Amino acid sequence: MLVSRIPRTLAALLAGASLAVAGIIMQTFVRNRFVEPGTTGTAECAALGILATTLFIPAAPLFLKMVISSGTALAGAAVFMMLVRKLPPTQPLLVPLTGLIYGATIFAATEFVAYEYDLLQYLSVWMAAEFSGVMQGRYELLWVSGAVAVLAYFFADRFTIAGFGQETAIGLGLNYRQVLIIGLCIVALITSFTIITVGMIPFVGLVVPNIVSRYRGDNARETLPLIALLGGTLVLASDLIGRLINYPYEIPVGVVFGVLGTVVFLWLLFAKPARNG
Amino acid sequence: MIKIQNVTFHHGQSQILNDISLDIPKTGVTALIGPNGAGKSTLFAVMARLLPIQSGSISFDGTDIRKTASRDLARKLAIMRQDTHFASRITVRDMVGFGRFPHHQGRASQEDREKVAEALIEFDLADLADRFVDELSGGQRQRVFVAMAYAQDTDYLLLDEPLNNLDMHHARNLMRQLRALADDHGKTIVVVLHDINYAAAYSDRIIALKQGSIAAHDETDAFMCDEIVSQVYDMQVRIQTIEGQKIALHHI
Repeated sequence: MLVSRIPRTLAALLAGASLAVAGIIMQTFVRNRFVEPGTTGTAECAALGILATTLFIPAAPLFLKMVISSGTALAGAAVFMMLVRKLPPTQPLLVPLTGLIYGATIFAATEFVAYEYDLLQYLSVWMAAEFSGVMQGRYELLWVSGAVAVLAYFFADRFTIAGFGQETAIGLGLNYRQVLIIGLCIVALITSFTIITVGMIPFVGLVVPNIVSRYRGDNARETLPLIALLGGTLVLASDLIGRLINYPYEIPVGVVFGVLGTVVFLWLLFAKPARNG
Repeated sequence: MIKIQNVTFHHGQSQILNDISLDIPKTGVTALIGPNGAGKSTLFAVMARLLPIQSGSISFDGTDIRKTASRDLARKLAIMRQDTHFASRITVRDMVGFGRFPHHQGRASQEDREKVAEALIEFDLADLADRFVDELSGGQRQRVFVAMAYAQDTDYLLLDEPLNNLDMHHARNLMRQLRALADDHGKTIVVVLHDINYAAAYSDRIIALKQGSIAAHDETDAFMCDEIVSQVYDMQVRIQTIEGQKIALHHI
Protein backbone atom coordinates (compact mmCIF):
# COMPACT_ATOMS: atom_id res chain seq x y z
CA MET A 1 0.00 0.00 0.00
CA LEU A 2 2.48 2.61 1.17
CA VAL A 3 5.14 1.29 -1.13
CA SER A 4 3.28 1.30 -4.42
CA ARG A 5 -0.41 2.33 -4.21
CA ILE A 6 -0.04 5.75 -2.60
CA PRO A 7 3.06 6.68 -4.60
CA ARG A 8 1.31 5.65 -7.81
CA THR A 9 -1.74 7.77 -7.01
CA LEU A 10 0.38 10.76 -6.06
CA ALA A 11 2.57 10.36 -9.12
CA ALA A 12 -0.46 10.43 -11.42
CA LEU A 13 -1.88 13.49 -9.71
CA LEU A 14 1.42 15.38 -9.69
CA ALA A 15 2.36 14.53 -13.26
CA GLY A 16 -1.09 15.41 -14.58
CA ALA A 17 -1.31 18.68 -12.67
CA SER A 18 2.13 19.93 -13.60
CA LEU A 19 1.89 18.89 -17.27
CA ALA A 20 -1.42 20.73 -17.56
CA VAL A 21 0.20 23.84 -16.07
CA ALA A 22 3.13 23.56 -18.49
CA GLY A 23 0.60 23.30 -21.32
CA ILE A 24 -1.28 26.46 -20.42
CA ILE A 25 1.93 28.46 -20.04
CA MET A 26 3.04 27.40 -23.52
CA GLN A 27 -0.38 28.17 -25.01
CA THR A 28 -0.39 31.60 -23.39
CA PHE A 29 3.04 32.52 -24.69
CA VAL A 30 2.54 31.48 -28.29
CA ARG A 31 -1.07 32.76 -28.15
CA ASN A 32 -2.35 29.57 -29.64
CA ARG A 33 -4.54 26.93 -28.04
CA PHE A 34 -3.28 23.97 -30.02
CA VAL A 35 0.17 23.50 -28.53
CA GLU A 36 1.75 21.83 -25.51
CA PRO A 37 5.31 20.78 -24.61
CA GLY A 38 4.66 17.27 -25.97
CA THR A 39 3.68 18.47 -29.44
CA THR A 40 6.20 21.26 -29.91
CA GLY A 41 9.58 19.61 -29.46
CA THR A 42 10.14 20.39 -25.77
CA ALA A 43 9.61 16.79 -24.66
CA GLU A 44 11.71 15.49 -27.54
CA CYS A 45 14.54 17.85 -26.61
CA ALA A 46 14.36 16.72 -22.99
CA ALA A 47 14.61 13.09 -24.15
CA LEU A 48 17.56 14.00 -26.35
CA GLY A 49 19.20 15.53 -23.29
CA ILE A 50 18.76 12.38 -21.20
CA LEU A 51 19.95 10.22 -24.08
CA ALA A 52 23.07 12.33 -24.51
CA THR A 53 23.80 12.13 -20.80
CA THR A 54 23.33 8.36 -20.81
CA LEU A 55 25.74 8.07 -23.73
CA PHE A 56 28.48 10.44 -22.74
CA ILE A 57 28.34 10.36 -18.95
CA PRO A 58 26.96 6.88 -18.18
CA ALA A 59 27.72 7.29 -14.49
CA ALA A 60 25.90 10.62 -14.27
CA PRO A 61 23.88 11.02 -11.10
CA LEU A 62 20.18 11.71 -11.41
CA PHE A 63 20.72 15.35 -10.56
CA LEU A 64 23.04 15.90 -13.52
CA LYS A 65 20.58 14.14 -15.83
CA MET A 66 17.86 16.47 -14.60
CA VAL A 67 19.95 19.57 -15.17
CA ILE A 68 21.02 18.56 -18.67
CA SER A 69 17.59 17.46 -19.85
CA SER A 70 15.99 20.60 -18.41
CA GLY A 71 18.58 22.62 -20.28
CA THR A 72 17.92 20.93 -23.60
CA ALA A 73 14.17 21.20 -23.01
CA LEU A 74 14.54 24.92 -22.37
CA ALA A 75 16.61 25.37 -25.52
CA GLY A 76 14.00 23.39 -27.49
CA ALA A 77 11.14 25.52 -26.17
CA ALA A 78 13.03 28.74 -26.86
CA VAL A 79 13.79 27.74 -30.44
CA PHE A 80 10.13 26.86 -30.96
CA MET A 81 9.11 30.30 -29.64
CA MET A 82 11.47 31.94 -32.11
CA LEU A 83 10.12 29.85 -34.98
CA VAL A 84 6.53 30.75 -34.08
CA ARG A 85 7.29 34.47 -34.05
CA LYS A 86 8.05 34.33 -37.74
CA LEU A 87 4.64 32.84 -38.56
CA PRO A 88 1.79 35.08 -39.73
CA PRO A 89 -0.80 35.53 -36.94
CA THR A 90 -3.57 35.12 -39.51
CA GLN A 91 -2.74 31.42 -39.88
CA PRO A 92 -3.20 29.97 -36.37
CA LEU A 93 -3.00 26.34 -37.53
CA LEU A 94 0.56 26.86 -38.76
CA VAL A 95 1.69 27.06 -35.14
CA PRO A 96 0.79 23.48 -34.09
CA LEU A 97 1.92 22.19 -37.48
CA THR A 98 5.29 23.84 -37.10
CA GLY A 99 5.50 22.37 -33.61
CA LEU A 100 4.74 18.86 -34.85
CA ILE A 101 7.30 19.04 -37.63
CA TYR A 102 9.91 20.57 -35.36
CA GLY A 103 9.26 17.95 -32.67
CA ALA A 104 9.28 15.10 -35.19
CA THR A 105 12.60 16.27 -36.61
CA ILE A 106 14.23 16.31 -33.19
CA PHE A 107 12.64 12.98 -32.32
CA ALA A 108 13.94 11.43 -35.54
CA ALA A 109 17.46 12.52 -34.68
CA THR A 110 17.07 11.24 -31.12
CA GLU A 111 15.69 7.94 -32.37
CA PHE A 112 18.56 7.54 -34.81
CA VAL A 113 21.13 8.03 -32.08
CA ALA A 114 19.22 5.67 -29.79
CA TYR A 115 19.05 3.06 -32.55
CA GLU A 116 22.76 3.32 -33.24
CA TYR A 117 23.58 2.73 -29.59
CA ASP A 118 20.85 0.20 -28.89
CA LEU A 119 18.98 2.47 -26.51
CA LEU A 120 15.59 2.52 -28.26
CA GLN A 121 13.93 0.83 -25.30
CA TYR A 122 14.88 3.69 -23.01
CA LEU A 123 13.46 6.17 -25.47
CA SER A 124 10.09 4.48 -25.56
CA VAL A 125 10.03 4.48 -21.77
CA TRP A 126 10.61 8.23 -21.68
CA MET A 127 8.08 9.13 -24.34
CA ALA A 128 5.20 6.94 -23.17
CA ALA A 129 4.22 7.24 -19.55
CA GLU A 130 3.84 4.19 -17.38
CA PHE A 131 2.88 4.35 -13.76
CA SER A 132 3.28 0.65 -13.04
CA GLY A 133 6.94 1.11 -12.19
CA VAL A 134 6.19 3.86 -9.69
CA MET A 135 7.19 2.96 -6.18
CA GLN A 136 8.34 4.73 -3.11
CA GLY A 137 11.74 6.25 -3.78
CA ARG A 138 11.24 6.36 -7.53
CA TYR A 139 8.77 9.15 -8.08
CA GLU A 140 9.76 11.83 -5.57
CA LEU A 141 11.16 14.06 -8.30
CA LEU A 142 7.56 14.70 -9.30
CA TRP A 143 7.09 16.61 -6.05
CA VAL A 144 9.64 19.06 -7.39
CA SER A 145 7.70 19.22 -10.62
CA GLY A 146 4.54 19.93 -8.62
CA ALA A 147 6.37 22.61 -6.64
CA VAL A 148 7.47 24.26 -9.88
CA ALA A 149 3.84 24.26 -11.02
CA VAL A 150 2.86 25.95 -7.75
CA LEU A 151 5.62 28.49 -8.36
CA ALA A 152 3.91 29.32 -11.65
CA TYR A 153 0.94 30.60 -9.69
CA PHE A 154 2.99 33.48 -8.33
CA PHE A 155 3.49 34.69 -11.89
CA ALA A 156 -0.13 34.14 -12.92
CA ASP A 157 -0.94 37.79 -13.61
CA ARG A 158 2.28 38.30 -15.53
CA PHE A 159 1.62 35.25 -17.69
CA THR A 160 -1.88 36.47 -18.46
CA ILE A 161 -0.55 39.87 -19.48
CA ALA A 162 2.18 38.28 -21.61
CA GLY A 163 -0.66 36.45 -23.38
CA PHE A 164 -2.11 39.80 -24.47
CA GLY A 165 0.88 40.19 -26.78
CA GLN A 166 4.21 41.90 -26.48
CA GLU A 167 2.99 45.43 -27.14
CA THR A 168 0.17 45.42 -24.61
CA ALA A 169 2.52 43.79 -22.10
CA ILE A 170 5.14 46.50 -22.57
CA GLY A 171 2.43 49.13 -22.34
CA LEU A 172 1.55 47.77 -18.90
CA GLY A 173 5.18 47.99 -17.88
CA LEU A 174 5.82 44.24 -17.90
CA ASN A 175 9.36 42.99 -18.37
CA TYR A 176 8.17 40.80 -21.23
CA ARG A 177 11.43 39.01 -21.93
CA GLN A 178 11.98 38.15 -18.28
CA VAL A 179 8.47 36.75 -17.92
CA LEU A 180 8.97 34.61 -21.02
CA ILE A 181 12.22 33.20 -19.67
CA ILE A 182 10.67 32.38 -16.29
CA GLY A 183 7.70 30.71 -17.97
CA LEU A 184 9.81 28.66 -20.36
CA CYS A 185 12.04 27.53 -17.47
CA ILE A 186 8.95 26.30 -15.65
CA VAL A 187 7.79 24.45 -18.78
CA ALA A 188 11.23 22.90 -19.30
CA LEU A 189 11.61 21.76 -15.68
CA ILE A 190 8.16 20.18 -15.55
CA THR A 191 8.66 18.43 -18.88
CA SER A 192 12.05 16.98 -18.07
CA PHE A 193 11.12 15.90 -14.52
CA THR A 194 8.05 14.12 -15.81
CA ILE A 195 9.98 12.35 -18.55
CA ILE A 196 12.70 11.20 -16.16
CA THR A 197 10.28 9.79 -13.61
CA VAL A 198 7.20 8.42 -15.39
CA GLY A 199 7.54 9.39 -19.04
CA MET A 200 5.63 11.83 -21.23
CA ILE A 201 1.84 11.81 -21.13
CA PRO A 202 0.74 13.36 -24.40
CA PHE A 203 -2.32 15.62 -24.71
CA VAL A 204 -2.63 16.52 -21.01
CA GLY A 205 -1.15 19.96 -21.56
CA LEU A 206 -3.27 20.40 -24.67
CA VAL A 207 -6.71 19.23 -23.61
CA VAL A 208 -6.96 20.31 -19.98
CA PRO A 209 -6.30 24.05 -20.48
CA ASN A 210 -8.75 24.08 -23.38
CA ILE A 211 -11.55 22.63 -21.26
CA VAL A 212 -10.93 25.12 -18.46
CA SER A 213 -10.56 28.08 -20.83
CA ARG A 214 -13.88 27.25 -22.41
CA TYR A 215 -15.79 27.62 -19.17
CA ARG A 216 -13.67 29.89 -17.03
CA GLY A 217 -11.65 31.99 -19.46
CA ASP A 218 -7.93 32.71 -19.45
CA ASN A 219 -7.27 34.75 -16.35
CA ALA A 220 -4.46 32.56 -15.03
CA ARG A 221 -4.89 33.66 -11.45
CA GLU A 222 -8.32 32.08 -11.49
CA THR A 223 -7.72 29.19 -13.89
CA LEU A 224 -4.27 27.84 -12.93
CA PRO A 225 -5.53 25.97 -9.82
CA LEU A 226 -8.43 24.55 -11.82
CA ILE A 227 -6.14 23.46 -14.63
CA ALA A 228 -3.82 21.73 -12.16
CA LEU A 229 -6.72 20.04 -10.39
CA LEU A 230 -8.36 18.83 -13.58
CA GLY A 231 -5.04 17.68 -15.05
CA GLY A 232 -4.27 15.61 -11.97
CA THR A 233 -7.75 14.14 -11.77
CA LEU A 234 -7.96 13.18 -15.44
CA VAL A 235 -4.55 11.52 -15.46
CA LEU A 236 -5.40 9.59 -12.29
CA ALA A 237 -8.72 8.52 -13.84
CA SER A 238 -6.95 7.45 -17.05
CA ASP A 239 -4.49 5.40 -15.04
CA LEU A 240 -7.33 3.68 -13.17
CA ILE A 241 -9.20 2.94 -16.39
CA GLY A 242 -6.03 1.59 -17.96
CA ARG A 243 -5.56 -0.73 -15.02
CA LEU A 244 -9.09 -2.03 -14.79
CA ILE A 245 -10.24 -2.28 -18.39
CA ASN A 246 -8.07 -5.25 -19.26
CA TYR A 247 -7.31 -6.58 -15.80
CA PRO A 248 -4.91 -8.11 -14.85
CA TYR A 249 -2.99 -6.50 -17.71
CA GLU A 250 -2.39 -2.77 -17.93
CA ILE A 251 -2.94 -0.30 -20.71
CA PRO A 252 -0.40 2.58 -20.46
CA VAL A 253 -1.90 5.78 -19.15
CA GLY A 254 -0.73 7.69 -22.23
CA VAL A 255 -2.83 5.46 -24.49
CA VAL A 256 -5.96 5.86 -22.38
CA PHE A 257 -5.52 9.60 -22.07
CA GLY A 258 -4.69 9.83 -25.77
CA VAL A 259 -7.97 8.19 -26.73
CA LEU A 260 -10.05 10.16 -24.24
CA GLY A 261 -8.16 13.35 -25.01
CA THR A 262 -8.68 13.05 -28.75
CA VAL A 263 -12.43 12.65 -28.30
CA VAL A 264 -12.63 15.65 -25.98
CA PHE A 265 -10.42 17.68 -28.27
CA LEU A 266 -12.49 16.97 -31.36
CA TRP A 267 -15.58 17.96 -29.46
CA LEU A 268 -13.85 21.19 -28.42
CA LEU A 269 -12.88 21.93 -32.00
CA PHE A 270 -16.34 21.48 -33.40
CA ALA A 271 -18.61 22.67 -30.62
CA LYS A 272 -19.34 26.36 -30.31
CA PRO A 273 -17.54 28.18 -27.50
CA ALA A 274 -19.62 28.34 -24.35
CA ARG A 275 -21.05 31.74 -23.57
CA ASN A 276 -20.46 33.27 -20.25
CA GLY A 277 -23.42 34.29 -18.09
CA MET B 1 5.14 68.09 -22.23
CA ILE B 2 6.46 65.45 -24.61
CA LYS B 3 9.87 66.46 -25.87
CA ILE B 4 11.21 64.65 -28.92
CA GLN B 5 14.74 65.59 -29.86
CA ASN B 6 16.59 64.59 -33.03
CA VAL B 7 14.99 61.16 -33.22
CA THR B 8 16.01 59.10 -36.21
CA PHE B 9 15.08 55.54 -37.03
CA HIS B 10 16.27 53.34 -39.81
CA HIS B 11 15.45 49.83 -40.82
CA GLY B 12 18.34 48.34 -42.77
CA GLN B 13 19.13 50.80 -45.54
CA SER B 14 15.88 52.76 -45.45
CA GLN B 15 15.54 55.81 -43.26
CA ILE B 16 12.08 55.76 -41.66
CA LEU B 17 12.37 58.71 -39.29
CA ASN B 18 14.66 61.54 -40.21
CA ASP B 19 15.84 63.77 -37.37
CA ILE B 20 12.44 64.47 -35.76
CA SER B 21 12.29 67.18 -33.13
CA LEU B 22 8.95 68.08 -31.59
CA ASP B 23 7.45 69.58 -28.48
CA ILE B 24 3.93 68.37 -27.74
CA PRO B 25 2.39 70.52 -25.01
CA LYS B 26 0.57 69.03 -22.04
CA THR B 27 -3.23 68.60 -22.13
CA GLY B 28 -5.35 68.49 -25.24
CA VAL B 29 -5.55 66.17 -28.21
CA THR B 30 -2.70 66.05 -30.71
CA ALA B 31 -3.30 64.26 -34.01
CA LEU B 32 -0.48 62.62 -35.93
CA ILE B 33 -1.33 62.33 -39.62
CA GLY B 34 0.41 61.79 -42.93
CA PRO B 35 0.33 59.65 -46.05
CA ASN B 36 1.02 55.91 -45.95
CA GLY B 37 4.63 55.13 -45.15
CA ALA B 38 5.30 58.56 -43.68
CA GLY B 39 6.55 57.03 -40.42
CA LYS B 40 3.54 57.78 -38.19
CA SER B 41 3.36 54.33 -36.67
CA THR B 42 7.13 54.13 -36.29
CA LEU B 43 7.18 57.44 -34.44
CA PHE B 44 4.33 56.13 -32.30
CA ALA B 45 6.18 52.91 -31.54
CA VAL B 46 9.37 54.77 -30.61
CA MET B 47 7.44 57.13 -28.32
CA ALA B 48 5.69 54.15 -26.73
CA ARG B 49 9.08 52.35 -26.20
CA LEU B 50 7.87 49.49 -28.41
CA LEU B 51 10.86 50.16 -30.66
CA PRO B 52 14.28 51.17 -29.33
CA ILE B 53 15.46 54.73 -29.83
CA GLN B 54 18.37 54.50 -32.26
CA SER B 55 19.43 58.10 -31.80
CA GLY B 56 18.01 61.20 -30.18
CA SER B 57 15.86 61.31 -27.08
CA ILE B 58 12.22 61.38 -25.99
CA SER B 59 10.96 62.53 -22.61
CA PHE B 60 7.58 62.91 -20.93
CA ASP B 61 7.60 65.77 -18.41
CA GLY B 62 11.36 65.48 -18.29
CA THR B 63 11.29 61.68 -17.76
CA ASP B 64 13.65 60.26 -20.37
CA ILE B 65 12.13 57.04 -21.66
CA ARG B 66 15.50 55.43 -22.17
CA LYS B 67 16.60 56.05 -18.61
CA THR B 68 13.36 55.03 -16.93
CA ALA B 69 12.14 51.55 -16.06
CA SER B 70 9.28 50.32 -18.21
CA ARG B 71 7.23 49.72 -15.08
CA ASP B 72 7.57 53.37 -14.03
CA LEU B 73 6.76 54.59 -17.53
CA ALA B 74 3.55 52.54 -17.41
CA ARG B 75 2.33 54.90 -14.70
CA LYS B 76 3.09 57.90 -16.90
CA LEU B 77 1.80 56.83 -20.28
CA ALA B 78 -0.74 54.33 -21.50
CA ILE B 79 -0.63 53.04 -25.05
CA MET B 80 -3.25 51.49 -27.24
CA ARG B 81 -2.48 49.80 -30.49
CA GLN B 82 -4.76 48.12 -32.94
CA ASP B 83 -4.46 44.44 -32.15
CA THR B 84 -6.42 42.28 -34.52
CA HIS B 85 -5.07 39.10 -33.02
CA PHE B 86 -6.45 39.13 -29.52
CA ALA B 87 -6.80 35.53 -28.38
CA SER B 88 -7.29 35.62 -24.62
CA ARG B 89 -10.63 34.84 -23.03
CA ILE B 90 -10.76 37.45 -20.32
CA THR B 91 -13.83 39.07 -18.84
CA VAL B 92 -14.29 42.77 -19.49
CA ARG B 93 -13.93 43.50 -15.78
CA ASP B 94 -10.63 41.59 -15.50
CA MET B 95 -9.31 43.15 -18.71
CA VAL B 96 -9.98 46.69 -17.51
CA GLY B 97 -8.56 45.59 -14.16
CA PHE B 98 -5.23 44.75 -15.79
CA GLY B 99 -4.96 48.46 -16.58
CA ARG B 100 -4.23 48.85 -12.86
CA PHE B 101 -1.35 46.37 -12.97
CA PRO B 102 1.37 49.07 -13.21
CA HIS B 103 0.06 50.48 -9.92
CA HIS B 104 -0.41 47.34 -7.87
CA GLN B 105 1.80 44.68 -9.55
CA GLY B 106 -0.74 41.99 -8.85
CA ARG B 107 -2.16 43.04 -5.48
CA ALA B 108 -5.27 45.06 -6.18
CA SER B 109 -6.37 47.37 -3.37
CA GLN B 110 -9.81 48.82 -2.74
CA GLU B 111 -8.73 51.96 -4.59
CA ASP B 112 -7.79 49.89 -7.64
CA ARG B 113 -11.17 48.18 -7.66
CA GLU B 114 -12.95 51.52 -7.38
CA LYS B 115 -10.95 52.87 -10.28
CA VAL B 116 -11.94 49.87 -12.41
CA ALA B 117 -15.60 50.23 -11.48
CA GLU B 118 -15.40 53.89 -12.43
CA ALA B 119 -13.82 53.07 -15.80
CA LEU B 120 -16.53 50.51 -16.52
CA ILE B 121 -19.23 53.10 -15.92
CA GLU B 122 -17.39 55.88 -17.74
CA PHE B 123 -17.20 53.78 -20.90
CA ASP B 124 -20.62 52.26 -20.60
CA LEU B 125 -19.30 48.75 -20.00
CA ALA B 126 -21.02 47.93 -16.71
CA ASP B 127 -23.56 45.68 -18.43
CA LEU B 128 -20.83 43.81 -20.27
CA ALA B 129 -18.50 43.48 -17.28
CA ASP B 130 -18.81 39.70 -16.96
CA ARG B 131 -18.71 38.89 -20.67
CA PHE B 132 -15.55 37.60 -22.30
CA VAL B 133 -13.70 40.14 -24.44
CA ASP B 134 -13.45 37.70 -27.38
CA GLU B 135 -17.25 37.54 -27.59
CA LEU B 136 -17.70 41.28 -28.06
CA SER B 137 -18.11 43.20 -31.29
CA GLY B 138 -15.18 45.21 -32.63
CA GLY B 139 -16.61 48.47 -31.35
CA GLN B 140 -17.25 47.12 -27.87
CA ARG B 141 -13.80 45.59 -27.70
CA GLN B 142 -12.24 48.91 -28.69
CA ARG B 143 -14.14 50.53 -25.84
CA VAL B 144 -12.72 47.93 -23.44
CA PHE B 145 -9.18 48.81 -24.50
CA VAL B 146 -9.80 52.52 -24.05
CA ALA B 147 -11.35 51.84 -20.64
CA MET B 148 -8.28 49.78 -19.74
CA ALA B 149 -6.00 52.65 -20.74
CA TYR B 150 -8.21 55.00 -18.73
CA ALA B 151 -7.96 52.74 -15.67
CA GLN B 152 -4.20 52.86 -16.05
CA ASP B 153 -4.67 56.46 -14.95
CA THR B 154 -1.70 58.05 -16.69
CA ASP B 155 -1.20 61.66 -17.72
CA TYR B 156 -0.46 60.62 -21.28
CA LEU B 157 -2.42 58.38 -23.60
CA LEU B 158 -1.03 57.34 -26.98
CA LEU B 159 -3.24 55.64 -29.57
CA ASP B 160 -2.22 54.19 -32.91
CA GLU B 161 -5.00 54.40 -35.51
CA PRO B 162 -7.79 53.54 -33.07
CA LEU B 163 -10.45 54.08 -35.72
CA ASN B 164 -9.32 51.17 -37.89
CA ASN B 165 -12.12 48.65 -38.27
CA LEU B 166 -14.66 50.91 -36.60
CA ASP B 167 -17.85 51.98 -38.36
CA MET B 168 -18.90 55.63 -38.42
CA HIS B 169 -20.97 55.35 -35.29
CA HIS B 170 -18.24 53.80 -33.18
CA ALA B 171 -15.54 55.98 -34.69
CA ARG B 172 -17.38 59.14 -33.70
CA ASN B 173 -18.10 57.78 -30.23
CA LEU B 174 -14.46 56.95 -29.65
CA MET B 175 -13.28 60.39 -30.78
CA ARG B 176 -15.83 62.04 -28.50
CA GLN B 177 -14.60 59.93 -25.60
CA LEU B 178 -11.01 60.94 -26.29
CA ARG B 179 -12.08 64.57 -26.42
CA ALA B 180 -13.85 64.15 -23.08
CA LEU B 181 -10.77 62.51 -21.54
CA ALA B 182 -8.73 65.55 -22.54
CA ASP B 183 -11.33 68.15 -21.51
CA ASP B 184 -12.77 66.62 -18.34
CA HIS B 185 -9.84 64.61 -17.02
CA GLY B 186 -6.93 66.74 -18.19
CA LYS B 187 -5.25 63.92 -20.14
CA THR B 188 -2.71 64.56 -22.84
CA ILE B 189 -3.69 62.50 -25.85
CA VAL B 190 -1.62 61.76 -28.93
CA VAL B 191 -3.50 59.87 -31.60
CA VAL B 192 -2.33 58.58 -34.98
CA LEU B 193 -5.19 59.10 -37.42
CA HIS B 194 -5.68 58.12 -41.00
CA ASP B 195 -8.56 60.43 -41.82
CA ILE B 196 -7.70 64.12 -41.70
CA ASN B 197 -11.30 65.12 -41.05
CA TYR B 198 -11.39 63.31 -37.71
CA ALA B 199 -8.20 65.15 -36.82
CA ALA B 200 -9.77 68.45 -37.91
CA ALA B 201 -12.89 67.86 -35.85
CA TYR B 202 -11.44 66.51 -32.61
CA SER B 203 -7.84 67.60 -32.16
CA ASP B 204 -6.28 70.79 -30.84
CA ARG B 205 -3.20 70.54 -32.99
CA ILE B 206 -2.05 68.48 -35.93
CA ILE B 207 1.39 67.14 -36.73
CA ALA B 208 1.89 65.93 -40.29
CA LEU B 209 4.68 63.54 -41.19
CA LYS B 210 5.88 62.99 -44.71
CA GLN B 211 8.73 60.70 -45.74
CA GLY B 212 10.02 60.47 -42.21
CA SER B 213 10.16 64.20 -41.56
CA ILE B 214 7.75 66.72 -40.11
CA ALA B 215 5.92 68.34 -43.00
CA ALA B 216 3.73 70.65 -40.94
CA HIS B 217 2.86 71.25 -37.30
CA ASP B 218 0.26 73.75 -36.20
CA GLU B 219 -2.93 74.46 -34.29
CA THR B 220 -5.75 72.60 -35.99
CA ASP B 221 -7.46 75.72 -37.25
CA ALA B 222 -4.30 77.12 -38.85
CA PHE B 223 -3.29 73.71 -40.18
CA MET B 224 -6.52 73.21 -42.07
CA CYS B 225 -5.87 75.31 -45.16
CA ASP B 226 -5.54 74.34 -48.82
CA GLU B 227 -1.79 74.94 -49.07
CA ILE B 228 -0.65 72.94 -46.06
CA VAL B 229 -2.91 69.93 -46.57
CA SER B 230 -2.23 69.82 -50.32
CA GLN B 231 1.49 69.91 -49.70
CA VAL B 232 1.38 67.15 -47.06
CA TYR B 233 -0.51 64.73 -49.26
CA ASP B 234 0.97 65.80 -52.62
CA MET B 235 -2.48 66.35 -54.10
CA GLN B 236 -4.87 69.20 -54.53
CA VAL B 237 -7.20 69.32 -51.51
CA ARG B 238 -9.80 72.03 -50.91
CA ILE B 239 -10.78 72.96 -47.36
CA GLN B 240 -14.37 74.13 -46.87
CA THR B 241 -16.09 75.40 -43.76
CA ILE B 242 -19.41 73.69 -43.14
CA GLU B 243 -21.39 74.65 -40.05
CA GLY B 244 -18.26 76.21 -38.58
CA GLN B 245 -16.23 73.02 -39.06
CA LYS B 246 -13.32 72.91 -41.47
CA ILE B 247 -13.53 69.89 -43.73
CA ALA B 248 -11.03 68.62 -46.27
CA LEU B 249 -12.67 67.64 -49.53
CA HIS B 250 -10.06 65.03 -50.33
CA HIS B 251 -12.33 62.42 -51.82
CA ILE B 252 -13.76 64.40 -54.75
